[in-house]
Amino acid sequence: MKLYEYQAKEILCKHKIKVPHGVVVTDTETIAEAYGNFEDKKCVIKAQVHAGGRGKGGGIKIARTAEEAKRFTSEMIGSRLITPQTGNKGIKVKKILVEEALDIKKELYLAISIDRSTFTPIIMCSTEGGMEIEEVASKSPGKITKERIDPIMGIYGFQARKIAHDLGLTGQLLVEAAQFIANLYEVFLVNDCSLLEINPLVLTSKEEIVALDVKMDIDDNALFRHKEFLQMRDFSEDDATEGKATESGLSYIGLEGNIGCLVNGAGLAMATMDIIKFYGGMPANFLDVGGDAPVERVTTAFELIFSDQKVKGVLVNIFGGIMKCDIVAEGIIQAVRKVGIHVPLVVRLEGTNVRVAKKILDNSELNMIVAESMRDAAEKIVRAVNDKE
Amino acid sequence: MSILIHNDTKVVCQGITGNSGKFHTKHMLEYGTKMVAGVTPGKGGIRIYDIPVFDSVKEAVEKTGCDTSIIYVPAPFAADAIIEAVEAGISLVICITEGIPVIDMLKVKTYLTTKSARLIGPNCPGVITPGQSKIGIMPGYIHRPGPVGVVSRSGTLTYEAVWQLTQRNIGQSTCLGIGGDPVIGTSFIDVLKLFQADYDTLAIVLIGEIGGSAEEEAAEFIKKEVTKPVVSFVAGLTAPAGKRMGHAGAIISGGKGTVKEKVSCLRDAGVVVVDNPADIGETIEKVMRQK
Repeated sequence: MKLYEYQAKEILCKHKIKVPHGVVVTDTETIAEAYGNFEDKKCVIKAQVHAGGRGKGGGIKIARTAEEAKRFTSEMIGSRLITPQTGNKGIKVKKILVEEALDIKKELYLAISIDRSTFTPIIMCSTEGGMEIEEVASKSPGKITKERIDPIMGIYGFQARKIAHDLGLTGQLLVEAAQFIANLYEVFLVNDCSLLEINPLVLTSKEEIVALDVKMDIDDNALFRHKEFLQMRDFSEDDATEGKATESGLSYIGLEGNIGCLVNGAGLAMATMDIIKFYGGMPANFLDVGGDAPVERVTTAFELIFSDQKVKGVLVNIFGGIMKCDIVAEGIIQAVRKVGIHVPLVVRLEGTNVRVAKKILDNSELNMIVAESMRDAAEKIVRAVNDKE
Repeated sequence: MSILIHNDTKVVCQGITGNSGKFHTKHMLEYGTKMVAGVTPGKGGIRIYDIPVFDSVKEAVEKTGCDTSIIYVPAPFAADAIIEAVEAGISLVICITEGIPVIDMLKVKTYLTTKSARLIGPNCPGVITPGQSKIGIMPGYIHRPGPVGVVSRSGTLTYEAVWQLTQRNIGQSTCLGIGGDPVIGTSFIDVLKLFQADYDTLAIVLIGEIGGSAEEEAAEFIKKEVTKPVVSFVAGLTAPAGKRMGHAGAIISGGKGTVKEKVSCLRDAGVVVVDNPADIGETIEKVMRQK
């Protein structure tokens, strides 16, 4: 789960990490008041969306007068922000963070994530702040240094000091930066982050170390012990269908194609998408119905698939382990009764209770194409969809 | 022979009184697995399918001599359950539980570096040595004893591969899923080592997916150490970047972890990689005939 910049900054504040003074606004009325609070009459207007590259898309602007602040805010609020990371449709801006403009001396990079090859948290830093770390990694990899942290012991003081040193800081600043880094690691740990990136981390002309921008992703698996984040969840920005799926315990991701897929298990679901493409079709979605799904969840899965107007055919591929095939069969029948199916439906069932399931489907006199294997199923659905076009 | 588990493996089920613990204990018993104990704190003294239930793993080990554990404990308590098993002297811990926080698993993983016990999973379907022992949630009937070792990051896609083999009368030595999470106890390389050393395994099926670099690391190991033929499929060619595809570990990030990259490493190591997941069975048959 991704947090907005302003939400992440509130958390950083609680852990004594310095961020620019700022106010969140949702309309142009409040901006005047917010603007009045900034001392030097210069402020930064930042669109709050779950995507990077905002500067390039016009989502970050510097206002020098109250009129400018108002104009930029009214332009941004309600508009769709398109950045290199949002896709062509962009994301609707609902909130804006107005911040004091700092006098920046140096831009640095600092991030904590999980290193999947050593199974430890890893702190990365670079003196090349302000640009994407992937870009730094490809152009000048020598400028990124990494420090692995023992997950049980936590970060040692000398490690924090080494990172501060690698950031080119000396004297009192080195000591302060080391504390900043230790605090940041605490934020990472207690909030179950999967990514905590400060880019840029800035050194101001007043010799202060400030987190100018922050990206904070929370491990979805840990949400059970962070109820506070669940309230921050904002599905309206994500695909609404994906949000509905999450609520009903399904894993759904919309794609560009026209063949809907209903599968159990993430690996098989991906393989089913792949085999559709292999035989010349295009999958409309990834959908993992999960392990022990009840009939209702299967029905919801069908509703989700058909909420996508592009869908011209559906492939059901179930290999029952925990999932029982007869439950899927019942779900198919209920879904057809409820929503109706006007496109070709190919069903492939194997595994737990498959005989019972086949009998249920036979007796239903439902208009569907039965497949005997994964290959058979993929060939049949692609042919059926292509024939119609 | 086989790897990891066999006829005499004595199993304790942690979380035996929960719905899935109970359901799968029944199926494991029916398959012939030696289920000797169950553990649910606070339920010690009762019996489930005539198996004694204890309050702790330590007690279960002392009273029954169990050496392997299967865990169905809910995610918030699963990391604790893994460490409890290892502390009690269990040598093989198989964790089925899905959704354990990554930070919990990092701690478990670090803890395990000083222990000799092996962890399989979490978020995995378990291990089966066909005809001998099934410790997991896979449907038993799709397997048959034979010479092919199967290892995978997935659950149901493993069943699909196994079923393709069985339908061609090609049996399996041992099949296991190592789990779909980013932090897991046993890697592809660990399993490849075991299959390479196992006399009864003549060929290997390795099923990967997008995300991380497990397949790339496996490829490097295969190039150097594995002399047995390996057939592979990597799922997720059609997966969009930046989206988590069901499994917590299945995500392409920053252009890393793509199928293309993984397949090219595996092919470079001499692995026969199929583009069509329906070709796994057929390809193993071909490869084994050539041997």
